Amino acid sequence: MGLLSDPNRRRALISLLTRLNAPICVLCYFAAVCWFMGLSFEPFTLRTYMSENAMGSTMVEERFPAGERALATAKEFGAHKKKVGGMPVDWLVKTMQARGLEVFTQRFSRTLPFPDENNERYIVEGTNVYGILRAPRAPRTEALVLSAPCSPGDDNNQAVGLLLGLAHYFRNQVFWAKDIIFLVNEHDLIGMQAWLEGYHHTNTTGMDWSPLQGRGGSIQAALSLELSSDVVTSLDIVLEGLNGQLPNLDLANLFYAFCQKIGVLCTIQGRIQRNDWDSVSGYSHAVQTMMLMVMKQASGRSWGDHGLFLRYHIEAATIKGINSFRQYKTDATTVGRLLEGMYRKLNNLLERLHQSYFFYLMPSLSHFVSIGYYMPAFGLLAVILLLRALDLWVQLATPPSRNEDGVADIEQSSTGVLSVLTPLVISHLTGAALYMLPVRFQEMAVEHFQVSETEAVVLTAIAVYTGGLALPHNTHRLISGEGTEQGWRVLKLVAVLYLAVLLGCTALINFSLGFILALTLVPVASFVTPHVPKLLSAVVLVILSPAFTLLFSVFIFQELQEMPVSFQDGWMLYLSVISQGILDHYLYGSLVYPLIALMVYPCWLLFWNILFWK
Amino acid sequence: MSALLKRSCSHNMLAAIIMLIFICFCVHFQNTAGQFFSSGHTNNWAVLVCTSRFWFNYRHVANTLSVYRSVKRLGIPDSHIVLMLADDMACNHRNPKPATVFSHRNMELNVYGDDVEVDYRGYEVTVENFLRVLTGRLPPSTPRSKRLLSDDRSNILIYLTGHGGNGFLKFQDSEEISNVELADAFEQMWQKRRYNELLFIIDTCQGASMYERFYSPNIMALASSQVGEDSLSHQPDLAIGVHLMDRYTFYLLEFLEDIHPASKSNMNDLFKVCPKSQCVSTPGHRTDLFLRDPGSVLITDFFGSVRKVEITMEAIHLTDPILHPMSEEVQEKTYSYVDQLPVSEIIHQKPKQKDWHPPDGFILGLWTLILLVFFKTYGIKHLKHIF
Repeated sequence: MGLLSDPNRRRALISLLTRLNAPICVLCYFAAVCWFMGLSFEPFTLRTYMSENAMGSTMVEERFPAGERALATAKEFGAHKKKVGGMPVDWLVKTMQARGLEVFTQRFSRTLPFPDENNERYIVEGTNVYGILRAPRAPRTEALVLSAPCSPGDDNNQAVGLLLGLAHYFRNQVFWAKDIIFLVNEHDLIGMQAWLEGYHHTNTTGMDWSPLQGRGGSIQAALSLELSSDVVTSLDIVLEGLNGQLPNLDLANLFYAFCQKIGVLCTIQGRIQRNDWDSVSGYSHAVQTMMLMVMKQASGRSWGDHGLFLRYHIEAATIKGINSFRQYKTDATTVGRLLEGMYRKLNNLLERLHQSYFFYLMPSLSHFVSIGYYMPAFGLLAVILLLRALDLWVQLATPPSRNEDGVADIEQSSTGVLSVLTPLVISHLTGAALYMLPVRFQEMAVEHFQVSETEAVVLTAIAVYTGGLALPHNTHRLISGEGTEQGWRVLKLVAVLYLAVLLGCTALINFSLGFILALTLVPVASFVTPHVPKLLSAVVLVILSPAFTLLFSVFIFQELQEMPVSFQDGWMLYLSVISQGILDHYLYGSLVYPLIALMVYPCWLLFWNILFWK
Repeated sequence: MSALLKRSCSHNMLAAIIMLIFICFCVHFQNTAGQFFSSGHTNNWAVLVCTSRFWFNYRHVANTLSVYRSVKRLGIPDSHIVLMLADDMACNHRNPKPATVFSHRNMELNVYGDDVEVDYRGYEVTVENFLRVLTGRLPPSTPRSKRLLSDDRSNILIYLTGHGGNGFLKFQDSEEISNVELADAFEQMWQKRRYNELLFIIDTCQGASMYERFYSPNIMALASSQVGEDSLSHQPDLAIGVHLMDRYTFYLLEFLEDIHPASKSNMNDLFKVCPKSQCVSTPGHRTDLFLRDPGSVLITDFFGSVRKVEITMEAIHLTDPILHPMSEEVQEKTYSYVDQLPVSEIIHQKPKQKDWHPPDGFILGLWTLILLVFFKTYGIKHLKHIF
């Protein structure tokens, strides 16, 4: 007879499962953590390589000559920017037209849901200026984008100058097979969002923008440039985009290949690669680089202007010039040559970049971990949840000895299902409240308390979150029957399966977010029962809740960036992170805030309910 | 008598040397006549196919065009060349030098030129069209330039290049031709008497697998690499940004640049093109189906169009009245062949190595000496009967 249909064997398996459940769960958890930490160990990673045949090697001759002229243009741009007090639209239009581009502008305006204290803006109005270099002989079906942000103050002047210099040089070449769009966007991400929405005729975030008069073709790749100094010591590439989406690895490979050809120092996460992977410090350096990438990806923010392109299946990255205290400086001509080489190779593309990985982690610029290698870490955590669910199922299926007959069982389990529904509904209503109340009732909060709108929103969110903790003591009055032993088991089974599906789906889209949530929520899900010591487990549960995970992540992130903060500063940073998260959702459609408010928090509340089950 | 004997000894040695020279002369005479009558073809055709498209396969188009250039220079006219190019590199948007296809770095040699006639272009280069061209099964509306109008006295050169594998050649990223199909197509050609002799050259990865299955007679095949080996590209050009040629065809082109229509290089020289040290892969060839000895097959038998003219000794009666008959008897004249294409007018040619012949008067004197020695030795009385 088969393994599972033979009742003796089945009983043996089931008893094995129940006996060994806890040890296997603990083992799996540690295995998952070890696997994750082992991912950045260099022998377990693969070297990066170009997968796209059409791009070939770096076999191209870069001849960009005009770095100095680009810097002069940058100074002019800075002067005009200061004179106008914002984006010098007329000067930009005139300069781009002088370089032979077809120039268009786009006006946009947006009222933020509440004032953004980090960037000090509330009602945003701006103009994007873009010039299109038409391919001399090709039909206008495909385009590439080079963008530089127009930042307040003296930032990114050189980026715009280099952009204009490259536009002038590119205009003189005959080998462009795609249109090249040179974009200068105002108010960084907001302007970029307006431009992309106008280009693709979508309106997902409720922004107000004027339609684009000129268009290129479907955009194949985009690079965003951030350069604030005349010389750089290194170039940093930023890959993480909105909702943790990453561009195709071939774009990073292309950047790295050209950095090596031209001899520029290239970094990722702002950290220089080290060669001593077998030493402890080398390994910890790689771990820190990978953890930085994991945290940036989990936050769901777009860490450069490129991040908004990824949603439209346009591979994009941001290249930042960093000027630190190193001896060897790279001038603007070399940076221009690097960009020229990259664009010539992107020009050779026949299809969008799709040959290389879309899901990866990079412990350094020359090594990567693909999804096939890092997913088992999450899989091991999901297995814990499944084992727990199986254990509960077995417990539910085998009635306890004090029940006499099967009829009473069925009755109890049916009432159990109904009683499960109530906590579910109430948790999700709390989650909905956490999602909607902070922004809707900010005026009321401002009236009653003397705080600014941003603080009102954040503090309302925290208040709703903490208010949810009081729920179990109150909802029991609503439940008709008494809570039973079967009841909490059914609830826990449902909650564990719900968490498993939720974390699984999250990990597929944004592995880092799923993994970090799983690290804290899976232990919660496994050990919580009404019978564990209440006070201790309540404290543990609160510490492992999403809000505290975020708080710890903020501190760890600052540590990893070698800018550790004190508790006060950390707390203020935490509040600003929450406000930025809510703003990201309303401005660009980031899904982290709704996910946590509407799904993860209710799930956690279910476990809180189980803890206080009577 | 002893004096006679002494003279006879030295005369014997002289006789031996003279016999040797006589034998060599006979053999040489035999060779010249043999060469003239050995190849049975009267016309030459070429089918040159490039099967890859896309900008990064620039080198395949350059390969085909360089063979086209050589073949045209050696005399095959466009009407006898079927050129199939799967993509247009010269006018590709990414070409920094439009209307050119270069085969040498630093843009030394433009193989596109002014007079390239492409018969099958772009998406017309398919397996079906290629097989139809070979077997002649084309719809009646097909123009003559797209047909292979060969007969049983045609020598055909077939050159294929592109991406290939073990037993197949990829056409345009969407279909493949297998070695079995190709062998069957050649058999069809043989049965329809569409060729006299066929030279098949293929420059792809694992090219030798494509000629493994041939079974029709009179086919000679060359490939740039054996099964399991990749054919490598030769040199990139940084200004254009792609590899310009494949190694095997690059060295083949260099070899062919030295060939002129009157050159006497044979197939054994062609087999030596691009040894492993230059090509990295091992070129292969197959001659077991070929009836003649490859050493006696001239390169120009396939790559050029050197016409053989048959001269008849018969008198032809013309229906129109002739004013005067030239003479009553037919004059005995020795005929010789005019150079089809004067060598001096063709560039890139090395001066022809003339074979050295002993002067005619010397041969006459030699014969006289031989006769005298003979009669001296064996009796002078026979001399009376001759003179």
